[in-house]
Amino acid sequence: MGEARDGVQVKRVVFVTVGTTCFDALVKVADSQEVKDELYRRGYTDLLIQMGRGSYLPTKSTGDDGSLAVDYFTFSSSIADHLRSASLVISHAGSGSIFETLQLGKPLIVVVNEDLMDNHQSELAEELAERKHLYCARPLTLHQTIASMDLNCLVPYSPGDATPVAKLINRFLGFPEES
Amino acid sequence: MEKNTSCFFSNSSPNLVITCFVAFITIILVRFLYVIYRTGKPLNKRTPQQTLSTLIVLGGHTAEMINLLLVLQKDRFTPRFYIAAATDNMSLQKARVFENSLADSGVKGISAEFMQIYRSREVGQSYVTSVWTTLVATAHALWLMIKIRPQVVLCNGPGTCIPLCVIAFIFKVVGIRWSSIFYVESIARVKRLSLSGLLLYKLQIADQFFVQWPQLQRKYPRAHYVGCLM
Repeated sequence: MGEARDGVQVKRVVFVTVGTTCFDALVKVADSQEVKDELYRRGYTDLLIQMGRGSYLPTKSTGDDGSLAVDYFTFSSSIADHLRSASLVISHAGSGSIFETLQLGKPLIVVVNEDLMDNHQSELAEELAERKHLYCARPLTLHQTIASMDLNCLVPYSPGDATPVAKLINRFLGFPEES
Repeated sequence: MEKNTSCFFSNSSPNLVITCFVAFITIILVRFLYVIYRTGKPLNKRTPQQTLSTLIVLGGHTAEMINLLLVLQKDRFTPRFYIAAATDNMSLQKARVFENSLADSGVKGISAEFMQIYRSREVGQSYVTSVWTTLVATAHALWLMIKIRPQVVLCNGPGTCIPLCVIAFIFKVVGIRWSSIFYVESIARVKRLSLSGLLLYKLQIADQFFVQWPQLQRKYPRAHYVGCLM
């Protein structure tokens, strides 16, 4: 798919990232026919998977046969560049990945790793989903989330501010308030 | 008479020892209660030009700590000592990049040191060997703290901060160095505190305890809700 503009096809890249973790369940389901079909149906052209420390290898595809082009790599020193050029990000629930993506203003689906013990990560994903900053899914429900998501409903995330903490610290230490 | 004298001398040495011991314990106890009393109470006013040596304990949420350091006055919180676990390669690297960027943007007189500390226990390590490694880690923490003797301690969650904060507290009791301990619970903690956070909160070791979500502030009323740092 992808619209042709002056003969140049517009790429809409879905970037899947697991950060520095091992999250084969996400890589596997992202590479599944169900999810790939759903992404293609929603108008995406490319799927790029950052698979981290996982052992499952996705199947590469050029997408010439009218399907999603698929590529993958393990790690990159410039995840930010991949995030910037993505139209949709599907990420593990690490806070670093989440906020890096939100600060770039990219639509985000967070997939919680259910194999983790003491999964506090889901708290953050659920809270931000409740505030409509992202969609939250589990590996088995990812294709449903992709099918039903309305990215126009997402609320942009305003960057946080560390100055309240700095003010309190300085005040506690006895430094005078700055005007 | 001689028998009485010899009895007196043979009894006095243990008595002296016991008296000294009791006096020592009493002094420590008084100091301990004094430190508990003063923990959390703001320090006296000081001039804006003063500098405070700062220990920054890094772990899994370095980006948040960097965000905080960006808004803290670099010429006030200096020299800066960054500590991370020996098996953590990324946190110190991020801190180095941050300090280099300060130097590049023309901030003068940068003073930063980067150190690694042994971990008490690796994930999955047997509890038997953990006893030894915890002792080694504590000794290493003590050695580093004696060298640094920070006036300010900033931490945001990794297990590495517990032995360091406990030692900082002991330094306050024993009079080696008075420090102010600030703990910022990570943005990833919305409804429950991390184990490090819980320990520092319950033991009341941190002078100020910051949380980024209102749910935590309701649950832990002595914490300060400061909103999201990221």
